[in-house]
Amino acid sequence: MWEALQFDFMRNALLAGVLVSISCGIIGSLVVVNRIVFISGGIAHAAFGGIGLAFFLGFSPSLGAALFAVGVSIIMGAVSFKSKHRADTIIGVLWAIGMALGIILIDLTPGYHVDLMSYLFGSILTVPGSDIWIIILLNLGILLTVIIFYKEFIAMSYDEEFAFIVGIPVKPLYFVLLGMTALAVVMTIQVVGLILIIALLTIPPYIAEKYTKSLGGMMTLSSILGIFFTLGGLWLSYSYDLTSGATIILVAGVGFFIFQAVGLLKGRGGITR
Amino acid sequence: MTVPAIDMNGVWFSYDRTPILEDVTLTLKQGDFLGIIGPNGGGKTTLLKLLLGVLKPDRGTIKILGEAPHDANHRVGYVPQNTDLNITFPISVMEVALMGRLSRSRIGKRYSRNDRTKVEESLKKTGIWNHRHSPIGRLSGGQRQRVFIARALATDPEILLLDEPTASVDPEFEMDLFDFLRELNKKVTIVAITHDVGVISRNVKSVACVNKSLIYHEEGQITAEMIDMAYQCPVDLIAHGIPHRVLPTHREK
Ligand SMILES: Nc1ncnc2c1ncn2[C@@H]1O[C@H](COP(=O)(O)OP(=O)(O)O)[C@@H](O)[C@H]1O
Ligand SMILES: [Mg+2]
Repeated sequence: MWEALQFDFMRNALLAGVLVSISCGIIGSLVVVNRIVFISGGIAHAAFGGIGLAFFLGFSPSLGAALFAVGVSIIMGAVSFKSKHRADTIIGVLWAIGMALGIILIDLTPGYHVDLMSYLFGSILTVPGSDIWIIILLNLGILLTVIIFYKEFIAMSYDEEFAFIVGIPVKPLYFVLLGMTALAVVMTIQVVGLILIIALLTIPPYIAEKYTKSLGGMMTLSSILGIFFTLGGLWLSYSYDLTSGATIILVAGVGFFIFQAVGLLKGRGGITR
Repeated sequence: MTVPAIDMNGVWFSYDRTPILEDVTLTLKQGDFLGIIGPNGGGKTTLLKLLLGVLKPDRGTIKILGEAPHDANHRVGYVPQNTDLNITFPISVMEVALMGRLSRSRIGKRYSRNDRTKVEESLKKTGIWNHRHSPIGRLSGGQRQRVFIARALATDPEILLLDEPTASVDPEFEMDLFDFLRELNKKVTIVAITHDVGVISRNVKSVACVNKSLIYHEEGQITAEMIDMAYQCPVDLIAHGIPHRVLPTHREK
């Protein structure tokens, strides 16, 4: 592993892994406590439509993914704000249409062999240096937004009705959260691919929720766990020549079950709660 | 003449075409202490949510201290009926109570020292200060209700709306709470939903019964008409042996 660090691609991979884990820890915590896991999955998959469109029209796939992710997050925000539990159908439909649209557009792109696997399961070893800068900027943006509106995010997440009553603009704040989720998703596509994003967004926060007393603590611990899972997975995939995205997720999954088992033994409750 | 604390005029409300409230008119002067009774599902909680601007009426007008409901948000404190939402949320008692200090004008700023002092006072008043560092999910239902009452007090409200604030607290705290509310009532208008008519008889200044429509009695008497209307609720009524002041001997129509 250490000798691998002399390669640019490996340094970029490590950096991307750490940065994306921080974003996923922060946004994932908000996603979990606001119970919008399904929406974040929908955003991730629908983003594939944007990737397809980018290939078809010949512009940057990341930009395509970002456009679609943000656009879809706005639609999903609008349909889910009033009744979060009744928006499931529309989210599922957008999820599927986005994926299908992406595939068809790539089919229609003449003479082009797109490596679909790298979008579905990530390609952390091919993150270019220019993307690292974009990831750093997005990370800073997310971090600052959450720090500035920290108490408002807590209020909205814990008791949305009361937050509204005391005058917090919960609807715009909800859209900000979905927008940040979309950006985190776009970053994470590089690392674990869009199919596995949900795992990186939810596994660390699920574990962290049981061991922390505040949302900030949950975000911090999630980020740290995410870094361990990502770097551990990266190391395993490099050593044994495995698909990086899937390895990272499996490491996170093993971590999840270990913490569940420890929690059960300590009587802290299992998968439910 | 001061503006009324609450002024509802011909208010109708329905969820998906099921009428919940019909033609509700109510004027409550500042400084009043209104007890609301009524059967389960009668629309009491819905009424409070209309006053808070969380729900919008289909017809009719609502003014809170002369303002549209949601514009008066910083002048109204609210204790919800349901305090066991998000029970696994990683949040401490102190942080929940601090939510009472949120306001639109101070979005993006830290809580101030003054905010923390206010919250300390209200947590002490409701006797839950010692638990300030506990995760909210570790408390009993009654303890949680104290936290939610503290949160509403921390708002420094001119009107305090409480939705069954004593549903799961112990009888001792219920007594204390209403003693405290009576004291608070010297400065603050109070509206409390309660099933405990005994509490009403001892504490409130006026009574309303809500069951689709609303009957209001300015002198705090539970009229026979209310009992007719709220047929299911007077179990407490009988159980508590209502003092004379509350139950008039004649049926008034
Ligand atoms: N969100 C909702 N959607 C549809 N119906 C509702 C909703 N909330 C309450 N109701 C219905 O409105 C009626 C009045 O409810 P509520 O105001 O909570 O009564 P109360 O507080 O007097 O017990 C009940 O029949 C209830 O089923
Ligand atoms: Mg109710």
